[in-house]
Amino acid sequence: MLRYTLLRLLGAIPTLLLVIVLAFLLVHAAPGGPFDDERVLPPEIAANIAAYYHLDETLPQQFWRYLSGVVRGDFGPSYRYRDHTVSQLIGSAFPLSLKIGALSMLLAVIVGVGAGIVAALRQNTVADRVVMTVAMTGISIPIFVVAPVLVLLFAVKLHWLPAGWSGNAGYARLLLPVVSLALPQIAYIARLTRASLIDVLGSDFVRTAKAQGLGIVAIVRFHALKPALLPVLSFMGPAIAAVLTGSVVVEEVFGIPGLGQFFVRGALNRDYTLVLGIVIFYAALIIVLNLIVDVLYGVIDPRIRHR
Amino acid sequence: MSLLEVADLGIRYGASEVVAGLSFSVEPGESLGLVGESGSGKTQTALAILGLLPAAATTSGSIRFDGIELLTADEEEMNALRAERIAIVFQDPLQALNPYLRIGQQIRRILLQHGLASGREADDRVIEMLERVGLPDPKRQFGAYPHQLSGGMRQRAMIASALIAEPDLLIADEPTTALDVTVQAQILELLASIRDDTALLLITHDLGIIAGHCERMLVIEQGGLVEEGLTRQVFAAPQSRHMARLLEAAPRLDRDGVRETVVGKTVLDVRAAAVSFREHGSHRGDRRLRAVRDVTLQVRSGETVAVVGESGSGKSSLFRAVLGLIPLQSGIVSFLGERLPDDVRSRALSVKRELQLVFQDPVSSLNPQMIAGKIIGEPLLVHAPELGADERRRRVLHMLEKVGLPDAFVTRFPHELSGGQAQRVAIARALIMKPSVLICDEAVAALDGAVRNQILALLEGVQDETGLSIVFISHDLAVVRGISHRVLVMYLGRLVELADSARLFTRPRHPYTRALIDAVPVPDPAAARGKQIIAGEVPSILAPPSGCAFHPRCAYAQDRCIAERPNERIVDGVTVACHRADEIDLTVC
Amino acid sequence: MIAMSASWEKIRGNRALVVSAVILIVTAAAAMIGPLISPHDYLSTNFEEMLRAPTMADMRIFGTDDLGRDLFVRTMLGIRVTLIVAIIASIVSLVIGVAYGAIAGYFGGRVDAVMMRLVDTLYAMPFIFFVILLMVVFERNFLLIFVAIGAINWLDMARIVRGQTLSLREREFVDAARLTGVSSARIIARHIAPNLAGVVVVYVTLTIPQAILVESFLSFLGLGIQEPQTSLGALVDAGVNQIERASWTLLIPATLLAMILLCFNFLGDGLRDLLDARQTR
Ligand code: SF4
Repeated sequence: MLRYTLLRLLGAIPTLLLVIVLAFLLVHAAPGGPFDDERVLPPEIAANIAAYYHLDETLPQQFWRYLSGVVRGDFGPSYRYRDHTVSQLIGSAFPLSLKIGALSMLLAVIVGVGAGIVAALRQNTVADRVVMTVAMTGISIPIFVVAPVLVLLFAVKLHWLPAGWSGNAGYARLLLPVVSLALPQIAYIARLTRASLIDVLGSDFVRTAKAQGLGIVAIVRFHALKPALLPVLSFMGPAIAAVLTGSVVVEEVFGIPGLGQFFVRGALNRDYTLVLGIVIFYAALIIVLNLIVDVLYGVIDPRIRHR
Repeated sequence: MSLLEVADLGIRYGASEVVAGLSFSVEPGESLGLVGESGSGKTQTALAILGLLPAAATTSGSIRFDGIELLTADEEEMNALRAERIAIVFQDPLQALNPYLRIGQQIRRILLQHGLASGREADDRVIEMLERVGLPDPKRQFGAYPHQLSGGMRQRAMIASALIAEPDLLIADEPTTALDVTVQAQILELLASIRDDTALLLITHDLGIIAGHCERMLVIEQGGLVEEGLTRQVFAAPQSRHMARLLEAAPRLDRDGVRETVVGKTVLDVRAAAVSFREHGSHRGDRRLRAVRDVTLQVRSGETVAVVGESGSGKSSLFRAVLGLIPLQSGIVSFLGERLPDDVRSRALSVKRELQLVFQDPVSSLNPQMIAGKIIGEPLLVHAPELGADERRRRVLHMLEKVGLPDAFVTRFPHELSGGQAQRVAIARALIMKPSVLICDEAVAALDGAVRNQILALLEGVQDETGLSIVFISHDLAVVRGISHRVLVMYLGRLVELADSARLFTRPRHPYTRALIDAVPVPDPAAARGKQIIAGEVPSILAPPSGCAFHPRCAYAQDRCIAERPNERIVDGVTVACHRADEIDLTVC
Repeated sequence: MIAMSASWEKIRGNRALVVSAVILIVTAAAAMIGPLISPHDYLSTNFEEMLRAPTMADMRIFGTDDLGRDLFVRTMLGIRVTLIVAIIASIVSLVIGVAYGAIAGYFGGRVDAVMMRLVDTLYAMPFIFFVILLMVVFERNFLLIFVAIGAINWLDMARIVRGQTLSLREREFVDAARLTGVSSARIIARHIAPNLAGVVVVYVTLTIPQAILVESFLSFLGLGIQEPQTSLGALVDAGVNQIERASWTLLIPATLLAMILLCFNFLGDGLRDLLDARQTR
């Protein structure tokens, strides 16, 4: 088990390195420098700026400098927010994004798994069809449609909830962002749970359990739930990535000063170092969370654990 | 009063009727055999008794257990009966046990469910039960997962779970079909000895199993009862034509009529063949799995050589390597004196047509997207591209006729064929280029008795006509006996005995051969008793025992056997690898 | 051919599948024809008619946007762009994915291990962020959108095709063909490809909505299609800004986008069910 974990950990490092190299090269392949759109600077100032951002070094030198910075958690200075380093910006914005993301993942798992189990146990009844149709709709409607429509409905028309972030307080302003972020994942998880539970309930060992006189509740709890949730666990990786992507939209729509908003602003302003830093940060986050999911999978499935 | 009374039972799925008008009863404490071919409705009947039929099934008639009507009982009533009064053992223990839970927990749950025991007491009862079914070190096995046990041990655990609540009726549905023959014998013995006064309903396709283990028997055909009676009487004088036919078709080890040795020229010559695989995926790095080691065999023209062994014997790997489908680690394969390249892709077309293969599963050996005519005719496109479409069609039709299928089958897709028909198509494809050697890898293992015999007769007919050599790979000595001239027995990748059929079946030279012969159930109640059953299971091929690999299971083993591997030698015209082959007498009486 | 007609029966039995297909065809036709028969064009601004609500008068059936441009024509154009981007991106991912997956699967062994290791590595990357980075660096190049979306989606296709090829290659009928001397090319053409086709069709159908999603996501963030060109994602983005004054500017493109995605998903799901049913038969 320990070996398995360590091996996974070792496997993640090249991936992360590849991300850093690719992202770094992409940014440095940009046609024209980051200050192109501004007025022409006197040469000595331009040279100063170039020196400040180490643009006067060779590409390998710059990369090495950058990489050793990243290892220490230093992504260098931001191009646009002149007084801040990228790490400071990430550090200030990420906690809020994390809170919203974690809450919506929690919501998605609880509601998704619950709905999936209900649908599986009531297979081909009205309840099942309703859950599945809603879930299919949930999968199909992109988050940048869900979020504004929810705002339109609950904030603009009904005035039940605040539409924006600033000027409001408490948990009410969290509700809409968290729900819109969770909805598509709820739909995926519900479909996945249903399909895999139906599959497990059709397996031979469940037939054995029935032959032993176990009722359906006992069978689901004792025999079926764990194997049925394994695919859901595997889905956590993609789900986390999707929530990260979705948070960009949600923060934009609701005006939440989180990491996603910085990212979009950075992208629109061509703040290279900020965008580069956030991409690497997101990548590391996804890789680490995937790693945790992998290890958890090994903990649950004895056949993997004993390999 | 009967324990179980089935009256006029009918089971149907939509328009198709799988069981109709079936009536029988099970008396307390008796052992009753239920025999039928595949699709005869025997498993459906078992599921109906336990109320486990899928929702799509509709039932009629009545099943009364101890006075309770089961067909109309609700879930709660059924759950009270299941395990506690009626228990079942399924065919494949790997599928039937939950892979995510420890063996002990799964069995313990039954006691909790029925309120029979809890806490430490439940643990103790489970451990005691595991010990009774013969699991070594039951305390440790309590915490084992199913995949950590061998096939036989898994089935023992399954039996433990069926008997833990001391039911009145135990249903065993093909309980040994997924197991090796030597293990099958152990499991059947266990079932007979352990059940005390629990009645046993033993469902099987194998008359030999019924003959050896049931006092009374039922024969069903297409969902209806065709014969019932005391096992001895039914076997001695079957009343129904179906039973007579089943008995006729059942392969027998104890009948005479082996084929005399043929003396032809050597066609296929395999020398010191070895095959090894890399075991991927283990985090200890790749391990070498040595599937076949140093096997030498000559196949003569016009003869049938049977290759027999249990799981892990390497019999299939050996011939897949001979055919060039998997790499040969070392050794030489020659055809008519000419050495062949290892990989089939580097072999000349003229050689490829000479060596052909028929697989176990006829359906997966036929491309589902091609019609039978195209499948049979494909070799012609490769080997005789000059033929016109008409001539090709003529030859395909001729081949169809030869394997006993009507012309109309030319346009059938594989999924429209029965198992036997599909196997005929596969044979037609293999024979259309008139090969010299046909390798049949468990080619009849998936077929019922009568169909199997037809296929065997077909192959024998082709052999008589064309002088074809056949290599017949099988796990079943009884099937092999009537058709082979010589037999090669393999164990854990090595040759243990190679002899003429006439000798091998009367006086085997290797203790393992004798054990295999003894393990085969004989469809004759009189002959079935008093066989020796060897202990243990085939060890993992990844860690074969030292010296003679058979020594942990061998009754004749000595110190020397543990230390030193016996070389192949010739004793009385028989090639055998046993230190004591010339001193022990294993004659089959 | 018997197999074909049997599945035609089943196709008609699957109502969601048929309805989705019909809706998609009608929508695509409307997007092609609509702008031709409307008296308005997508470019002209009209400051007299800013944010006009939908009405049948003057064929302003979807109303106008904040610059007074006709929303019906713009929406139909948006659908065109969205569909074209998605279909081209899907073809890109189809070609790359099938070729890559089939090669890895057919050759197996070390070739497969190396090729799949690469796919696994790429899988673990936050691709969408890379795409955004790409868009930032290369100035929202229209062509790049195809490349970017195709680059994301081929991974799934490659995995599926590889798995399928690998299992087909191990099937006994392929061994039988090899034994009779059938060439590799013919084995691929006659024995593997036909058995692969169903899966590929299903996954292409499921790839299209994925591609639509990526494109509209980028356009929504202002990183995709640029004004005055438009796509459904860009229209939703514009609608969000008018949410309090003119909710139709959000609701119309949002509904159409959701409907198209839903239909493609139902279509793909339905086709997959048919395929599964055929394989388990
Ligand atoms: S060599 Fe020894 S252990 Fe092996 S079969 Fe002969 S007697 Fe038994």
